[in-house]
Amino acid sequence: MDLKLDNIGHSYGDLEILRNINLDIPEGKIVCIVGPSGCGKSTLLRMIGGLEQPQQGQVLQVGDAPEGCLNPLTYVFQDFALLPWRTVEGNVKLVLEDHKLDAKQTEAIISDVLARTKLSDFRKALPKQLSGGMKQRVALARALAVKPAVMLMDEPLSALDSQTRELLMGDLVSLWERAPFTAVYVTHNLNEAVRLGHSIVVLSRRPGSIREIVEIDIPLAARNLGDVELERKQAQLWQLMRDEAMAADQELLSV
Amino acid sequence: MSSTSKVSINTGVFKPVVFRGGGFAPRPRRWVGLIVFVSLILLLEVLTRTGIITSLTMPIPSDVFWTFIELWQSGMLFKHLVPSVSRLVVGAVIGCSVGICVGIVIGLFSLARAGLVPLVAAIFPIPKIALLPLFVIWFGIDETSKYALIAFGTFTPTVVATYGAVDNVDRTLIRMGQSYSMSWLSIVRKIVLPGAMPGILSGLRISLAIAIILLVAAEMLGAEYGIGAYILQAGSLYDLERLFVGVAILSVMGVLVSGLIGLLERNLLKWRV
Repeated sequence: MDLKLDNIGHSYGDLEILRNINLDIPEGKIVCIVGPSGCGKSTLLRMIGGLEQPQQGQVLQVGDAPEGCLNPLTYVFQDFALLPWRTVEGNVKLVLEDHKLDAKQTEAIISDVLARTKLSDFRKALPKQLSGGMKQRVALARALAVKPAVMLMDEPLSALDSQTRELLMGDLVSLWERAPFTAVYVTHNLNEAVRLGHSIVVLSRRPGSIREIVEIDIPLAARNLGDVELERKQAQLWQLMRDEAMAADQELLSV
Repeated sequence: MSSTSKVSINTGVFKPVVFRGGGFAPRPRRWVGLIVFVSLILLLEVLTRTGIITSLTMPIPSDVFWTFIELWQSGMLFKHLVPSVSRLVVGAVIGCSVGICVGIVIGLFSLARAGLVPLVAAIFPIPKIALLPLFVIWFGIDETSKYALIAFGTFTPTVVATYGAVDNVDRTLIRMGQSYSMSWLSIVRKIVLPGAMPGILSGLRISLAIAIILLVAAEMLGAEYGIGAYILQAGSLYDLERLFVGVAILSVMGVLVSGLIGLLERNLLKWRV
């Protein structure tokens, strides 16, 4: 299943947030969206997943979701959004309970996704016992449990420290290598973008519109920390964004 | 002084950095509460026995205690306690459960909020005791009017606490539920209700204390037996010992109710950080 954004525009009152966004999200690819703060990238992601309605344009689903997909458009949130009163297992189970699955199927899905996110030993732990990285793994397991057609990731690593972020990027890459998933990955971190994105969409400052789309052909597994080509791409992105980011910073002060 | 201190004078004096952190973190101190209680009573005992405080102003604590034992041995204690506790339980259960339901409805539906919040705000400050005669006319002089008074008194604080608790449920969790296409009922049952539980329980603490206050008021509605009736009788006879026995029983009830809520919180809210 592909997604197509058709001429999306939006404003909050007088404040125009997004303008003329046209974008294709091809199946099996990770599309990163980067942009200066306040450019509407998170708003755009909420629109892609149907949590917010754009004033102009529409988000189109191209083709049907694959067989067995329980929740085609599934989010991974920056702040994890785990229920603190449920265990790791219970949090994954939460999103399966509304679907008509028998106990055996549910159990099979839970143990599969927990194994894939290396959480099998922590089934009974409560979120308060887990580190930030582990919490985001639980959220990732929960997202995988509903077999999404497209994962919508809203700064999923931004709340983590840099070492944990590095580890989780490795996890995401190996998850993708084993079973390529489609994802829209919103971030303000250019390093994450060049490590995880097949294509990187650079948004301009408010009102956000697509400034440029940078493609990276290096396979995900081969993108190592400190790779020269990646450094070059990251520098290129920063060149694109630098002035926008600076202007956005000034703008925030005057609003 | 040795040569080392000379060196330190030359290069600057070595001083340990003064510790100025710590504090502002309440820790459990198990027996302190009890000790405060006991020493206050002992102080009163000494003051009344020595006559510094006359028996007209304050009864001797040990006399109060013996009056209590007398009450117990005569079998009258339970004759007063059983109807009181049953009034408290029935009234509070009705008031709190209706209050929680209405509070949740207000928390979930804008229309209910717009319609009911002003109404609750109007009812809340009415001293329910002032409505005693009205309750007698509506519900008669028997138990029903007592239940109604306690229920009415616990209802409003429970409503306010509950809708506040529902408002405070983390919206990102609700968005998460929606993003997984959870049904409305599932979101309410699995996200909103457990999320509101801490606020509801701390609201219950207040509501139940109010219930005990109103119990005495309710028993002014011509009750033959009950802690309130007992206190009222003792008061009109100026029997300070018995008055204090009744008051102490109410205090103990308050402590027990608060302990019960604490137990509930420890069991239901284990997940809290």
